[in-house]
Amino acid sequence: MNRLSTTICVILVLGLASLMAILNLATDAGSALHVPTYAVSLVGKYLCYAILALALDLVWGYAGILSLGHAAFFALGGYAMGMYLMRQIGTRGVYGNAILPDFMVFLNYKDLPWYWHGFDNPAFALLMAVLVPGLLALVFGWLAFRSRVSGVYLSIITQALTYALLLAFFRNDMGFGGNNGMTDFKDMFGLPLQADATRAGLLVASAVMLCACLLVARFVVTSRFGKVLIAVRDTEARTRFLGYRPESYKLFVFVLSAIMAGIGGVLYVPQVGIINPGEFAPAGSIEAVIWVAVGGRGTLVGAILGAVLVNAGKTYLTGAFPELWLFALGFLFILVTLLLPKGVLGLLQRARS
Amino acid sequence: MKSVRRLLLALAIGLLIVPAASRADDAPDPYSGLASQSFEDIAQAITTLAASGNPQAAPTIAALQNETLFVTPDQALLIKTDDGYTNARTGEKVADVVEDDLANVRVNNAVRRAIEAASGALDLVSPDPATRLRAAAQVFTSRDPTSLPLLGAALAKETNAQVRTALLQAQAAAQLASNAGSEADQLSAVATLLARGDIEAKSLLGSLHDNPQAVLAKATAAIASIERMERLWSLAQGLFYGLSLGSVLLLAAAGLAITFGVMGVINMAHGEMVMLGAYTTYVVQSAIAAAAPGLMGFSLMFAVPAAFLVSGLIGVLIERTLIRFLYGRPLETLLATWGLSLVLQQAVRTIFGSSNRDVTTPGWMSGSDAVMGLTITYNRLYIIAFAVVVIGLLMAVLRYTALGLRMRAVTQNRRMASAMGIRTPWIDALTFGLGSGVAGMAGVALSQIDNVSPNLGQSYIIDSFMVVVFGGVGNLWGTVVSALTLGIVNKFLEPFAGAVLGKIVVLVALILFIQRKPRGMFPLKGRAVEQ
Repeated sequence: MNRLSTTICVILVLGLASLMAILNLATDAGSALHVPTYAVSLVGKYLCYAILALALDLVWGYAGILSLGHAAFFALGGYAMGMYLMRQIGTRGVYGNAILPDFMVFLNYKDLPWYWHGFDNPAFALLMAVLVPGLLALVFGWLAFRSRVSGVYLSIITQALTYALLLAFFRNDMGFGGNNGMTDFKDMFGLPLQADATRAGLLVASAVMLCACLLVARFVVTSRFGKVLIAVRDTEARTRFLGYRPESYKLFVFVLSAIMAGIGGVLYVPQVGIINPGEFAPAGSIEAVIWVAVGGRGTLVGAILGAVLVNAGKTYLTGAFPELWLFALGFLFILVTLLLPKGVLGLLQRARS
Repeated sequence: MKSVRRLLLALAIGLLIVPAASRADDAPDPYSGLASQSFEDIAQAITTLAASGNPQAAPTIAALQNETLFVTPDQALLIKTDDGYTNARTGEKVADVVEDDLANVRVNNAVRRAIEAASGALDLVSPDPATRLRAAAQVFTSRDPTSLPLLGAALAKETNAQVRTALLQAQAAAQLASNAGSEADQLSAVATLLARGDIEAKSLLGSLHDNPQAVLAKATAAIASIERMERLWSLAQGLFYGLSLGSVLLLAAAGLAITFGVMGVINMAHGEMVMLGAYTTYVVQSAIAAAAPGLMGFSLMFAVPAAFLVSGLIGVLIERTLIRFLYGRPLETLLATWGLSLVLQQAVRTIFGSSNRDVTTPGWMSGSDAVMGLTITYNRLYIIAFAVVVIGLLMAVLRYTALGLRMRAVTQNRRMASAMGIRTPWIDALTFGLGSGVAGMAGVALSQIDNVSPNLGQSYIIDSFMVVVFGGVGNLWGTVVSALTLGIVNKFLEPFAGAVLGKIVVLVALILFIQRKPRGMFPLKGRAVEQ
């Protein structure tokens, strides 16, 4: 069943993304089959959220770590990408400074801060986009799991973590653009960001990365390692008495998950064209949890399904009935936890059997 | 203009002091000067009059300023009042005045300047202590050495202790600034300024350079001593701000200490209970404004119980319809109550609109007072007091009432409590209602210092959880200590790190602290902890 759903998911994601990309590029704007570019980017954005949801399901569904700050890793990846894109603007910025991004000129920076060096190199930026979230998760997780902080306490301190980062990135002196963040990107890897082909390429890249993450996550959870992880989730004390070290298992999966979230952020930023501290808002991380809950916690595929469904609903409702969206989201939280503990996927499974 | 005034003042003082001894006999009568045709004589008469200490001087000069001073053909001076004329010299009423014969006392710019200067000098000897105080403060800032003789005269007959101190300080300032008087006088002037001990005294002492060496040395010592006092006061001020922030945190977290701390329910909608309390205040005030505007000053007295009832009842409702299905599933509770918080926020936004609502602060709560070197704002002071009362009541309820006993029994051992005949579901609902009601009361207090908007609760939820976790779950005293500690630490970090960075430092420190002591400062001991 699980293998089947994974296969179906990979085929669907890759197939639909490629189809959208082809229909966007190969047909004319007037054609009935044409997919507009905004839709391409919108679906690309959903797929990035799906990567975040997948990363969250890996820790929540399989290790019992309810992280209320996972969007922080996503945003950190996004900021690394944003820094690369900012450097690529070069002299095309408003102030025409070849080295300093516009906001730095505006804030009277004389030199590039040390931590901005190297971000003009795409390989370095991509490395940082996975390294920084990974390292943060390593340090945070090492501290937390070693001292056996778990359950609700862990959730609250992950929330405090993303809140602290939110406040930090709002500061102008941090050198990340303050509350305006970074935007106005021109091109990546030498390709113009506004071009249809780049957009379609990003969609396909997001689909491929999502499938790769799904396969990696599935490999992890179905391995011997994954079995121990599930044991840790269900009865941590008993697993410890059997001679395993739960903290190592949790730490590994937490870091892996943070890296995946970072990758999601990397793909997200060029598609939405902006990154700002709002991405660190605790509310965003909690919203990601509901995607997983809606799809079905601990199923991986469900997380992807949930992320796409909830976000599609959000796009529709915020456009058609803006005042209803928070009611809908709120009731979604309540109803899913009360009535659908296994999510939509659990409902489908029950319907089949 | 200023120098002219000063000159005239000097003239006034000269005239006041030099002939003071023999004034009674041979001084020219100022009243005849006023009746003169020459502007010069008039101006001089004004200065003499001001210096004379005559009780009729003030009304006469005021009349001159208002152009209600008249001269009769036989050179008598009359002041026109609402009901006739009075004699300027004696203040007695004058009957049968022939208005056609009267002429205004003539005024030109020189005379006006004399009037202005004279009224400054008059203020120092004015019968009203507040006026004298103001005049003394003015001399203290101007440090005008020409006022020294006048100050001496004023001091000689001053009886009000407060005004006397002000006059002495003014005298000290003028003396030191102009390097006037003997060394002994100057030394005692430094002592006077040291006793005043504020920033103005310090800057005055710091600006001295021509004075005798001994005076300068003493001034330097005085500055050091003032600075020491300043540091002490700013420490005390920081402590006050910290206490006030701490009691805000405490109020916000008090309800959570019940629902999360005692019951173990992760109520992410706790902030919204606070927000509902703030909106209840708004509704209560609107109702009072419409029905009985006279009671506006007491509106908060009505709002507190109303907010307790509104938030408490909604809390009971939430417990019955949502939370009771989720006991023992803390993470699910967290998600469901988060959803609830979104619904409540949007509901309030739909009903009241998304803009901030105006909540009136009663007169007795606004304003501030300087106590020694401290600035005490009343609303902060009342919030500290309110926090003390709320926590005291909460502890009393838990400790001394039958309901509190049952609550503690149920949270400590549910099955045993049930076996003893306690209706545990009912107690659960009431406990949750109590926590929510306390949050509502906190909302009344927060409506006085924060914007009443649908997002009000959001800004307190993370802080509240941190307070409860830091203090140790299930321990009200821990919550109190933790809220005050966080408040004070936050305020003391602010000057060094800025408000935002200070907050980040506190958050990171808390995260690290929880790693060291996952169960807070004052953890509960025993087996129940592991569950």
